[in-house]
Amino acid sequence: MLLNMGPSHPAMHGTTRIMLELDGEKILNAELEMGYLHRGFEKTCEHKTYFNLLPYTDRLNYVSPLINNCGYVMTLEKMLGIDVPERAQYIRVLMCELSRICDHLTALAAMTMECGAFTVFLYNMKAREFIWDVMEQTTGARMTTSYIRIGGVRADLHPSWKETTHTAIDETRKVLKDVSGLLNKNKIFIDRTRDVAVVSPEMAINYGWTGPCLRSTGVSYDVRKAHPYLVYDKLNFEIPLGERGDNFDRYMVRMKEMEQSLRIVEQCIESMPESSSPTQLMAEGIEPADAIKESRSKRTEKRIKLSPNLEGSEKERYKGIMTDSKGQIIPPKEDTYTSIEGLISHFKFFMKDHGIRPPQGEVYFSVEGASGELGFYIISNGTDKPYRLHLRAPCFHIVSALEEILRGHYVADVIPTFGSMNMIGGELDR
Amino acid sequence: MAIQQEKVVQDLKERFVEKIKEVSAHFGDDTVVIERDSLLDIIKFLKAEPYDFAMLLDLTCVDYMGQPDRFEMVYHLFSLSKNLRLRIKTRLPGKDPSVESLTPVWKNANWLEREAYDMFGVRFNGHPYLKRLFMYDGFEGHPLRKNYPLRRRQPIIRMRKQDDI
Repeated sequence: MLLNMGPSHPAMHGTTRIMLELDGEKILNAELEMGYLHRGFEKTCEHKTYFNLLPYTDRLNYVSPLINNCGYVMTLEKMLGIDVPERAQYIRVLMCELSRICDHLTALAAMTMECGAFTVFLYNMKAREFIWDVMEQTTGARMTTSYIRIGGVRADLHPSWKETTHTAIDETRKVLKDVSGLLNKNKIFIDRTRDVAVVSPEMAINYGWTGPCLRSTGVSYDVRKAHPYLVYDKLNFEIPLGERGDNFDRYMVRMKEMEQSLRIVEQCIESMPESSSPTQLMAEGIEPADAIKESRSKRTEKRIKLSPNLEGSEKERYKGIMTDSKGQIIPPKEDTYTSIEGLISHFKFFMKDHGIRPPQGEVYFSVEGASGELGFYIISNGTDKPYRLHLRAPCFHIVSALEEILRGHYVADVIPTFGSMNMIGGELDR
Repeated sequence: MAIQQEKVVQDLKERFVEKIKEVSAHFGDDTVVIERDSLLDIIKFLKAEPYDFAMLLDLTCVDYMGQPDRFEMVYHLFSLSKNLRLRIKTRLPGKDPSVESLTPVWKNANWLEREAYDMFGVRFNGHPYLKRLFMYDGFEGHPLRKNYPLRRRQPIIRMRKQDDI
């Protein structure tokens, strides 16, 4: 019998269609059809400037947009040879790890809910809300953040970030404890996941698996350890491994990884370099109109009251969070408003065929995304637009193994197997 | 017994003297440009011990429209045990964009090559199931080619012509 699962099946996360060839309930053959979420990401990027295409990277893995931002931005920084201040690096690590927790929480929430554990779903969503509060406070958005910018980050952390982060950590710990209590020895859950869809290390490597799915088979590979970037080499964390490579191990590795990510977040809070600017929100200052008026007769050095949209990107705050190499970052708004040089450098940044123009050549750089190695391959021909941009999506390789894994299993096994792989439509279909 | 990145490139140069066209290191990424017909040999050589490039990290294609060899295949290899990365590139002529398939060596090459076929129209000899991956079957053209317009729209079902009615 032929059975279509999807494209609009509640367990198919994004939109994917699995065509199953069945004998009774046994799967003889499976074929995946995807592309329902194809938006032409790579084609679009070829027609956008390096600065403009940043928001598109939010929409790849939409559960952990900050890691995508980070991956893209760091690829470009490798090309441009920019050094990022240490505080910005710590902020990036903090944000990446929070996103990783979010991603794992969501992946497990969806996987377990589809197995019938609706409580776990609600608990995980609760923990995610607390983490998103931290992100919202600083980045201004919950999902499509575009927060990590070329040369640093968009704005400094919110003055009360430590309290909210501590709350988020405590709440997530509680949830993780509850969820472990609910699932780790749960007969129904174990029956559906233990020894189902077993993947051997050889097969995982042959399919190019990375991330939690590869580590569940017992292969220790993590980009954060193998090719350390940012300040990961200064932080203490472990790489949790699985033993059997089945669905349960993929669940377990994610649970343990969240613990490790929480550890990293705590270390970030402790060792975050102090901000160079005053800690209160910088709303006070003279009105922009007055500053412009004043700048007509003399150069003004007064602090300007920027609009709330520009909060955090004041000149004073740029020091700790943005690189000082000129031409690669948006000039501070105070300069743009009050001096002719500032205005020119603002125009130069945004004008067509100006702005960020990396040298000719090609570069590959990868970060550890939530579901594996997230790589960007960019070819520059010296203009302000990438000649070609290719994304190495981690879940592309993981999902490509699904057809082979499903063979010989039962229809009911499709759901936890597909869930444990954490297929993200935005990243898979690009 | 760590193998250095330079040694891999050096060994490759010695072993396949005539097949290596160019060796470079853009931004610290080692790149080897090879002849199209020697792709499988070189890949198998690299996959075996002692280099052990067991993982195909990425496979993609680049369209250099207007150049004599229009398409360029780019392979990113990764050696888990030695922690090395290597980029292999080969050029394909625009008139006959075909290359050996890597599906016998790596399983994820299956989908990656399907994607490259879908987006660029590169054909892979020996591929078991060369079918479009993201686009639907009736789609005309290959969207990532440089001569495919950004805003070109295609109906999912072919528009009915006047004569058909």
